[in-house]
Amino acid sequence: MKRPLEVIGLSKAYNIKEVVKDVSFKLNQNEIIGILGPNGCGKTTTIAMILGLLKPSKGKVLVSGVEIENQRVDLLDQLNFISPYIELPKKLTVRQNLEVYGRLYDVNKLKTKIDYLTEKLRLYEFIDKLTGDLSSGQKNRVSLAKSIINDPKVLLLDEPTASLDPETGDFVRSFLEEYQKENKTSILLASHNMAEVERLCSSVLMMNKGSIIDEGKPEELIKKHGRKNMEEVFLKLTREKV
Amino acid sequence: MYGLFLRHYYLIKSSLPRILDLIYWPTIQIILWGFISKFFSIHSDYYSNTLGVILTCAILYDILFRSSISFNMLFLEEIWSRNFTNLFIAPLKLKEIIVSLIFTALIRTLIGLVPAIILTSPLFGVSILKLGLPLLFLFLSLYLFGITLGLFVSSGLIRFGPSFENIAWSSLFLLAPLGCIYYPIEILPDLFQVIAKCLPLVYIFDETRNILLNGSIDYINLKQAYLLNLIYLIIGIFLFYLSFLRARIKGTLINMGE
Repeated sequence: MKRPLEVIGLSKAYNIKEVVKDVSFKLNQNEIIGILGPNGCGKTTTIAMILGLLKPSKGKVLVSGVEIENQRVDLLDQLNFISPYIELPKKLTVRQNLEVYGRLYDVNKLKTKIDYLTEKLRLYEFIDKLTGDLSSGQKNRVSLAKSIINDPKVLLLDEPTASLDPETGDFVRSFLEEYQKENKTSILLASHNMAEVERLCSSVLMMNKGSIIDEGKPEELIKKHGRKNMEEVFLKLTREKV
Repeated sequence: MYGLFLRHYYLIKSSLPRILDLIYWPTIQIILWGFISKFFSIHSDYYSNTLGVILTCAILYDILFRSSISFNMLFLEEIWSRNFTNLFIAPLKLKEIIVSLIFTALIRTLIGLVPAIILTSPLFGVSILKLGLPLLFLFLSLYLFGITLGLFVSSGLIRFGPSFENIAWSSLFLLAPLGCIYYPIEILPDLFQVIAKCLPLVYIFDETRNILLNGSIDYINLKQAYLLNLIYLIIGIFLFYLSFLRARIKGTLINMGE
């Protein structure tokens, strides 16, 4: 079976400034990898290249063994993405938004799928409300529903619990754990929440100034750097010169 | 009060597009109405049915305006709602995006225009339907040019982001004086005539006036308009693909709407 995602020597430069430098990693089926790093370290740029939104200057992204640059649109069917910086149309109801994206991803038995997502993500209270009228926690759950509407093989999560209250954040993390086990989805999680990364990720990539500066299992990294938790590891690594 | 004045002063001073925008609209309005006035002062007896011709041309121009704006609005709404990235990570081919926008723009155009067309008859005794079957050809030609302009502007939005938004609104007004909507091409200065002849609008509106005044149709004008439409449409589609490619290199698609 082909690996869901493989990133090989990925680099991105704008003119002479290199913002992502020779990034490589493999994401296996049923695995969650975390990407950690300070703001502007290249996490979002890396995700954008995986999604085909950005053309790499060097290197390649393989989705199920096929290079995304060659078959971008065909492979996008296997991916999906959530970010707090991207929203769904505010003037459409939650149900209408899910219908639109279900059609765009050519989802079979769409009504059943929307019912399933409504149940799992507790959308029933506001499924027929305008998306723009929802609280940020509710919007986040709707975006999450959109991001799994096509049962992606690879789910890319960019700060999925940013700006959420602790209860909603915990609900989202629990949902992701359950969903990932049920569907054997591969997840790439970019986050600033170290506790979240420790809880969800089997492996972590530490990025700084466009490069991967360390990687490994969270407990291994904590032990290797002689720290108490991932937050301390993060601070140590990002304060060191690359 | 001075603080509030300063807030807007700094905003205008720091943005050349804003300054140009302030200059652009009055200039275009004056040029357009200048040519219209010049035409009527020289040829005051040109039309026996001035109101009918002017209103018919105004409605036809609105077909162009609405179709182009509709196309652009579909794009701008995705940017304003910060939904742009979601669309471009969905498994949609560019040609599918273009085709869906073209058909949605048609529906938006008709929703906007049909009430206006219906109103002109009881209010002014003018019916655009008097153009007969050629109306269909004129409509299609204007619609084609409208969506072509929409493609040009959308290409700019993809490539340069929301800062290209003002161009979306102002591009059509630039064409109004050159398109010879309300007067024949001879009214324009020689240099403008050369530019105007490269636009399908000149042939479309010349033919409209010909049909209304002489009751006959000259297919050469329509052929010329369609030929130019086809050329611009091909350029528009090419530009759209090229802009997408450039945006993927420059990273414009990532920050769109932020």
